[in-house]
Amino acid sequence: MPTLTRKEVEEIALLARLHLESDELERMQSELGVILDHFGTIAAIDATGIPAMTHAVAMDHAGPFVSLGVLRPDEPQPSLPVDEALRGTPKRDGDLIVVPAIIPGAKE
Amino acid sequence: MSRSVPQMLEDWEPVIGLEVHVQLATRTKAFSPSAVHFGEPPNSLTDPLVLGMPGTLPVFNKLALELALKLGVATSSKIRARSRFARKQYFYPDLPKGYQISQYDEPLCEHGHLDVLVGTTVKRVRLTRIHLEEDAGKNTHVGAVSHVDLNRAGVPLVEVVSEPELSSAEEAAEFMRSLHRLVRWLEISEADMEKGQLRCDANVSVRLRGEDRLGQRTELKNINSFRFVQNAVEHEIARQLRIVDDGGRIERETRLWDADAGQSAPMRSKEEANDYRYFPDPDLPPLVVDGSTMGTILHALPELPLPRFERYQTAGIARDDARTLISDRAMADYFDAACLAHPAGHAGHGGRTIANWMLTELLGALNTDGKDIRESPMAAETLSALVVLVEDGTISGKIGKEIFAESYKTGEAPLAIIDRRDVRQISDEPALWEIIDNVVKASPKQAEAYAAGKDGLFGFFVGAVMKATNSRANPVMTTDLLKKRLGR
Repeated sequence: MPTLTRKEVEEIALLARLHLESDELERMQSELGVILDHFGTIAAIDATGIPAMTHAVAMDHAGPFVSLGVLRPDEPQPSLPVDEALRGTPKRDGDLIVVPAIIPGAKE
Repeated sequence: MSRSVPQMLEDWEPVIGLEVHVQLATRTKAFSPSAVHFGEPPNSLTDPLVLGMPGTLPVFNKLALELALKLGVATSSKIRARSRFARKQYFYPDLPKGYQISQYDEPLCEHGHLDVLVGTTVKRVRLTRIHLEEDAGKNTHVGAVSHVDLNRAGVPLVEVVSEPELSSAEEAAEFMRSLHRLVRWLEISEADMEKGQLRCDANVSVRLRGEDRLGQRTELKNINSFRFVQNAVEHEIARQLRIVDDGGRIERETRLWDADAGQSAPMRSKEEANDYRYFPDPDLPPLVVDGSTMGTILHALPELPLPRFERYQTAGIARDDARTLISDRAMADYFDAACLAHPAGHAGHGGRTIANWMLTELLGALNTDGKDIRESPMAAETLSALVVLVEDGTISGKIGKEIFAESYKTGEAPLAIIDRRDVRQISDEPALWEIIDNVVKASPKQAEAYAAGKDGLFGFFVGAVMKATNSRANPVMTTDLLKKRLGR
């Protein structure tokens, strides 16, 4: 019984907007399965009472490397020049970025 | 033959919840220092973070936090001392990072409420949460391609989520109006709906009256005006009623409101293939609100619109006038300043008379000039002084309107205009008696006819007295003395 079904891999590919051929789906199924199995091993450890770690450094206390509540003053800095900002853009129309048609309003 | 909407509403109850996005009035973006402006050339307000460049790190805007806290406090929300930013994954080119920074299971504010003026009552609507997030850029669809402008990407927003407690399209629109008024009152957003600074999604369902459980809901997106909220929700309620009243079932779906067509259409299910996979943003530390920040926010909080509405009514201001006065904080502040300059203050005659003059004469003149109350050429104290001059009988109400017009136009003090134009009301009894005596003597025939019962002639004498005094005769005294002089 594989950890991941082929259908699950297809769904993940859709969410990641990746087109995978049949042989690639198969490879991903086994490779992602191995990774998932590893998390299964970790999940088996009893972590009762230990808060989830969301940052690479301890976030519970301000310390030498972490200062909680760091905020930025609302002072504008110069924006990137348009040509600089769009330098990596494959296609542009004037100062607009051109992408393949997307459907309006599909996001929140 | 299906039943009419009012008939169906006897059995079915609509339930509406709103999610309103409000753009916070900051000068820079939520997580980077690029400027925020409307109407700048496309893609001129970006920086490496907005563009999703590797190696960039977000740092949150202090002012955005303070503005959101104001709203939290004004809605009596529970404020989290430590809230958290989360990543919401989605794949659209309007957010190049591939995710939106938002808040998920640890939002800044929860369990607040918004008081909404609906008709003649105040309805308290509970708020599930108010959380911080960043806006996306703007996509424009042009045939086979889409154009992307990232100027708006990263602009700080609060999302205000109500409990499903609104029960009509009108209530939904009033909720939006109340929130719009509140955020402008608190000066946390310009909330210009034409610029998309306040926009909402509506969750609509219907259930049999008396039922506790909510019906299947649909989500309406893309609503950016008070009128559209009302129309879109009304339309959706009617659509759902027709289905359930015929024994059908509502499909859970997201529908897009098309304001031009006046109807909504479902989005295809594939467009909804979203799986946001929220997780705490590892690039951002928890958002900490300390006691001194809260103290500053609480200290600076102004008196809110609804308490002011109640206060005005207690002082004897008519409900509709009170509602107009709180429509804008500058208006309410002007009114309060005028009352403060009046010897009677807000109470009794003072407040009512000032409200009358302000809402008819002043707003009328400002309207004609296309001006806002903030740009009023007449100071609140001047209006108050003019009202006092009418109240104490120095001038008549009719002359008062002329003095108002001149003072509004030239800025000259009302009393100076009155003296220059010599329009003080004649309220001195012997003086007025003498004038009336002369007027009656000059028209013996009419006096005789009146005495014989021709009542219509009384107006003739009033007119003659006004003409003789240049409209300065005290009208009440003129009536009394004329009756005395004419014998009835």
